[in-house]
Amino acid sequence: MSHLSREDVAHVAMLARIQLEDAELDRLAAQLDQIVDWVGQVGEVASADVPPMSHPMPLANVTRPDEVRESLTVQQALANAPQAQDDRFAVPRILDEE
Amino acid sequence: MSDSTTQAASGAGAADADPTRLTAVEMADRLAAGTLTSVELTQAHLDRIERLDPTVHAFLLVDAEGALATAREVDAARAAGEELPRLAGVPVAVKDIACTQGLTTTAGSRMLEEFVPPYDATIVTRLRDARMPILGKTNMDEFAMGSSTEHSAFGPTRNPWDLERIPGGSGGGSSAAVAAYLAPLAIGSDTGGSIRQPAAVTGTVGTKPTYGAVSRYGIIALASSLDQIGPCARTVADAALLHEVIAGHDPMDSTSVDAPVPDVVGAAGTTDLAGLRVGVVREISGSDQGFQPGVQARFEEALDALRGLGAEVTEVSCPHFAYAMAAYYLILPSEASSNLARYDAMRYGLRVTPDDSPSAEQVMGASRDAGFGDEVKRRIILGTYALSSGYYDAYYGQAQKVRTLIARDFEAAFGQVDVLVSPTAPTTAFRIGDQTEDPMAMYLNDIATIPANLAGVPGMSVPSGTAEEDGLPTGLQILAPAMQDQRLYAVGAALEARLRERQGGYVIEQAPEIEVRA
Repeated sequence: MSHLSREDVAHVAMLARIQLEDAELDRLAAQLDQIVDWVGQVGEVASADVPPMSHPMPLANVTRPDEVRESLTVQQALANAPQAQDDRFAVPRILDEE
Repeated sequence: MSDSTTQAASGAGAADADPTRLTAVEMADRLAAGTLTSVELTQAHLDRIERLDPTVHAFLLVDAEGALATAREVDAARAAGEELPRLAGVPVAVKDIACTQGLTTTAGSRMLEEFVPPYDATIVTRLRDARMPILGKTNMDEFAMGSSTEHSAFGPTRNPWDLERIPGGSGGGSSAAVAAYLAPLAIGSDTGGSIRQPAAVTGTVGTKPTYGAVSRYGIIALASSLDQIGPCARTVADAALLHEVIAGHDPMDSTSVDAPVPDVVGAAGTTDLAGLRVGVVREISGSDQGFQPGVQARFEEALDALRGLGAEVTEVSCPHFAYAMAAYYLILPSEASSNLARYDAMRYGLRVTPDDSPSAEQVMGASRDAGFGDEVKRRIILGTYALSSGYYDAYYGQAQKVRTLIARDFEAAFGQVDVLVSPTAPTTAFRIGDQTEDPMAMYLNDIATIPANLAGVPGMSVPSGTAEEDGLPTGLQILAPAMQDQRLYAVGAALEARLRERQGGYVIEQAPEIEVRA
């Protein structure tokens, strides 16, 4: 039985901001369908009363005093930027043209 | 008398000729005694890298200048009578998943091909504080996703035992560097077995410490609840020394454990296991699991050796381990899909700009398609799907429950025994290209290593010999309760000493000389 169609994969890839080409979509969709079928076996074992575990250790918030400390300079922070302008990251337009 | 003098002299002569053959412990001793300088030692490794690494391809970057600068400082400090850390002057290689200030850090991905971190990971700071020359950055599967290093965007690493075979993964660069004597020590990262499985298939030692025992600050994140940094080495004692350097609390990592580091160095001197209770995990040991006969034979021999050392060996069952792989391949992709969302082509990393006047969204889509390889895309899509509305409960939610059951299996097992053992990997190193078309076959390499990551317990792989059918190395996996990492070193060291006695040397010494390829 197919769990994940080619359209599903295209949709999820879009949500994950990966613009797949057609050939990639063909290849990955077939593999992902098989993998999803296999990982679905987790549904066979745990009953409703088993608590979920998100982390191997009990987590508590870790805080520190809110003090000004040494940090990256603007130049260091921008050194890896694909594009920078006026001490800021320069990005493509984020709104549609119309 | 004269015989032993001659032997000692000739032994020292051979090692002087090639100090890369020494253990890290011996290197440290000679540096301290002044019979070897760090510059000589570091240069010897750099020379070997220059000669052999074009063939092995363990390194993505070699920092000869930086390594020699550290070596010179250490030699000068020693000459001035300064007290130095134990491993001062002993070189180390670092997996390309750890940020190194001023040194390109790619995580094996085109996405980060040009990324030069503005800061050091905490473990890199610790290596610098320990005054260890950093030789360079080692190859890995892209973003640590893989078991063969074939998913590196910069080409595979070759196994020093057989250049047609994989060195394991994702940390195949670190394991191959150590196995090929290109570095005595290396840093690895283990999310589902990426330190232990490479160690097994290259005849070396690798430890995944307890979750949280080593800082993840500055480590490129794969799956944050599973990732753990650890040492790769040729001997258990060498691994213990590096473990001690990198372990310990770090305020920069909110999941870092604030507790004393177990005495792993002391434990690595263990020669006797009298009274130790060893449990063989039925679900990840045995030929009915499809493990290669030679792997299984060496495992049975290792169990005999453990009995010979005084350990009491029994079988234990961890029934939910059968579901560990499935749970892992939901939890890891889910966490990875979130962690890798940061590669948005805006602040750093690859930016691909499609024609016309693309929106940020189109730039992201094109950049992530061009910057990520197939395995990374598969896992991001799988994780996004598992976390999506309507599927969350059936996939991610259910996997988290299985994780609880696996942690309970460990708890029950450690109520009966002190350590658990299994073969580290189901087979010896497979041929390059054999599994690249079949993601599911690749995943199964980690069947024995994944449960430890899910529960957060420490694990180690130590060489157990070579398989009869192919002459390639096999590993024994040792697992201990959380924060009992010293038990791994005790069992590993005692077993290593026993095998060494039997075989007249370390398993790694049986590796053939590497033939340089044009």
